[in-house]
Amino acid sequence: MHNQEFFIQALVYLSAAVISVPIAKRLGFGSVLGYLIAGVIIGPFVLGLIGKEGEDLMHFAEFGVVMMLLLIGLELRPSLLWKMRISIFGLGGLQLFISTIAIGGIALLFDQSISEAMAIGLILALSSTAMIIQTLVERGQIKTEAGRSAFSVLLMQDIAVIPILALLPLLATEVASIAGESHGHDSVNMIFGYEIIGWVKVALVLIIITGIVLVGRFLARYIFRIIAQTGLREIFTATALFLVVAIAVVMGMVGLSPALGAFLAGVVLADNEYRHELEVNIEPFKGLLLGLFFISVGASMDFNLLIESPGIILSLLAILIVTKFIVLLGLGRAFGLHGGQGMLFSFVLAQGGEFAFVLISYSLQNNVLNPEVSGILLMVVALSMAATPLLLLINEKLIMPRYESSPDEADADTIDDGETPVIMAGFGRFGVPVGRMLIANGIPATILDNNPDNIDILRRFGFKVYYGDATRHGLLHAAGCETAKVFIIALDDMDKALHIADYIQREFPHLEIIGRAVSKQHAYEYLKRGITNYELDTFNAALHISIKALTKLGFAPYQAHRAAKIFRHHNKAIEKELFEHYQEDEVKYLSESKRFAEELEDLLTTEQNASIHEHDTAWDNSSRIEEIKKLQEEENNSKE
Amino acid sequence: MAEPVNKILLYYAHPTAHKSKLNKALIGAAENTTGVTIRNLYDLYPDYYIDIVLEQKLLLEHDIIIWQHPFYWYSAPSILKEWIDLVLEHGFAYGKGGIALQGKKVMTTITTGAREEAYSKKGRNRYTIKQLLAPFDQTVYLCNMTYLPPFVVHGSLLIEQESLDKAVATYKKAIISLRDDLFDEEEYSKIKYMNELVE
Repeated sequence: MHNQEFFIQALVYLSAAVISVPIAKRLGFGSVLGYLIAGVIIGPFVLGLIGKEGEDLMHFAEFGVVMMLLLIGLELRPSLLWKMRISIFGLGGLQLFISTIAIGGIALLFDQSISEAMAIGLILALSSTAMIIQTLVERGQIKTEAGRSAFSVLLMQDIAVIPILALLPLLATEVASIAGESHGHDSVNMIFGYEIIGWVKVALVLIIITGIVLVGRFLARYIFRIIAQTGLREIFTATALFLVVAIAVVMGMVGLSPALGAFLAGVVLADNEYRHELEVNIEPFKGLLLGLFFISVGASMDFNLLIESPGIILSLLAILIVTKFIVLLGLGRAFGLHGGQGMLFSFVLAQGGEFAFVLISYSLQNNVLNPEVSGILLMVVALSMAATPLLLLINEKLIMPRYESSPDEADADTIDDGETPVIMAGFGRFGVPVGRMLIANGIPATILDNNPDNIDILRRFGFKVYYGDATRHGLLHAAGCETAKVFIIALDDMDKALHIADYIQREFPHLEIIGRAVSKQHAYEYLKRGITNYELDTFNAALHISIKALTKLGFAPYQAHRAAKIFRHHNKAIEKELFEHYQEDEVKYLSESKRFAEELEDLLTTEQNASIHEHDTAWDNSSRIEEIKKLQEEENNSKE
Repeated sequence: MAEPVNKILLYYAHPTAHKSKLNKALIGAAENTTGVTIRNLYDLYPDYYIDIVLEQKLLLEHDIIIWQHPFYWYSAPSILKEWIDLVLEHGFAYGKGGIALQGKKVMTTITTGAREEAYSKKGRNRYTIKQLLAPFDQTVYLCNMTYLPPFVVHGSLLIEQESLDKAVATYKKAIISLRDDLFDEEEYSKIKYMNELVE
């Protein structure tokens, strides 16, 4: 059966990943190397479980890169991107230019023609976005100075892929024209012809980019809201995937890099209130596809070539890495990356990239490169990618320790993406006044709520509201729990509230949890977890109602107010005792129907035994009056 | 370390402590000193609900009480008055049988915005600090305790770092001297401010 075959394939890939990635992680290599090794093992060279179809799969899995760039875009506001313009075009542009010339120059030494050398230089100057970003994120280095600079360079390379694709066929034409006639009108027409197509293309590209910006800026939030209102999570996921696929298709139609389009869409959506939910939905697909991509890179490595001529391949590999490394180190220094940051920057970008696979086969089709050179280049690029995690390990273990101060350096310059000190889950009848109070005191709060109706209004009034179910762990990470100080649980659902509390205590022990308790049992469950900062949501309102009642019955306003204050503190004391009862006999509370009655009885009995501390004797003069009376009596007695 | 001669209970009352430079520095001098318990009243009782039982218990456990506060309207910030109203109960601190605090000593530490000259017959404030502190003096007297000369830092509004450092050092020395019982009680009647004994 056809299905059966598909499942067996899936089984091979999944088991390879499930087995090798944890081992690689445990050994400190990171997931990327784990996937690559898994690919090599199941590939034709070792077990031969997968054959040629691995390459098709690689093209499919490249889609993971598109998703990754969308996610990166979501983290970058346009203003931040603007700040990075110098490193994108300056650092990134120079890296491409100098690396191309250096690598091309070396290729000339290996007896390649000028056009071949230029093609090789352009192809190998590119680095692996997938490998680098995945590795940097995994190691928590993406927000360091080196990580940010590496990202700028990669972004420039992604942009450059488009002109490179246009340039490669021209290199072949040049070879033809030199070989054939003198400067005929042909080549000029050819270029001229390209220009005409180019103009149409430019117009199309502009229309599409404008379209993405407009849709992302003005239409997306309404679409997301309508989808969110259905309350069906899988439809939201489907919409997120639709978004990515649609961008890829549209960009592909005009010959632009889908990754670039996705990145643009991400940046446009970075201010969108559904941003976190979008991240959470795309994240797992991205992870799996990238994993698949690395596996297929591993599987496509032609080790026969390595065995036939190991000397050539390995020396070329060394030359590639050393050349790129030196260029990067020099440029990094010129752009202010010193010490450990410069090292990290240079090591992380010193390999060939996945675009090389595309460009090499493209060059082969256009007769720019011959099959022999192509095969060697493919092998060198794949090996250089596999070497990256190892190089980083060497960097970390042997080189980094010499730059003692580098961790501080890294911390000092992190990307500020508007994370707030307070995160609140739930923004209904209870959460709203809490949020208002915070905003009124100038404290920005990130609010997570899954009611799409209010989000628009709230955003207009300065609340930073995100749509999403706060019990989903990804959303908690995306909301900035790493950097926040206080997490307020304002949900009206005890199970959800406790689920969040448990997760936060486990993952973000630094976060101070303040919880809304919707019942006594809920309060005790907080106490059980060591959360003493909780409030029973109805208690204070009840107290204020009782103040009003006492006042109507003739209590002086201050007297009633003070009585309530005393009662409040008295209640805290009683709660401690009730909590002990709860711990002794939790089962009693489990039967829902009995709970309130049991609670009430327990509460009232405890209250009887521990009535309010004496009587409130503040400002009470009765004892003094008695004393004076006694004195007067004594005086009178002595007179008589 | 051996038990200090006198255990000190320092009440600190400042409603905007986070904005105060001088008082913060002074309380800093008392912090982490053996034998000194600091009670920040506004921190402990933000809703003015004073735990009378606990406060009385603490009073019994200490020998010297310090009230440290800025001099608001020739008196203390309101929470200290609330504390006095509620904690110094009839029958506990004064009146018939009210001898629980007998023999203890009380010192006021105040900071004033105006300079020392202002607190004189011819100055803007017309009365001396000693005269203005009479209600506290009398309260302490009625509770069978001794009122020590006050520790005073004038001119807090425009105080310079040098004077501030000096005040802090003097205060620290005064607290330690009180704790270790180093002062000659006969001197108390001869001085205006406690500062003089250590300066």
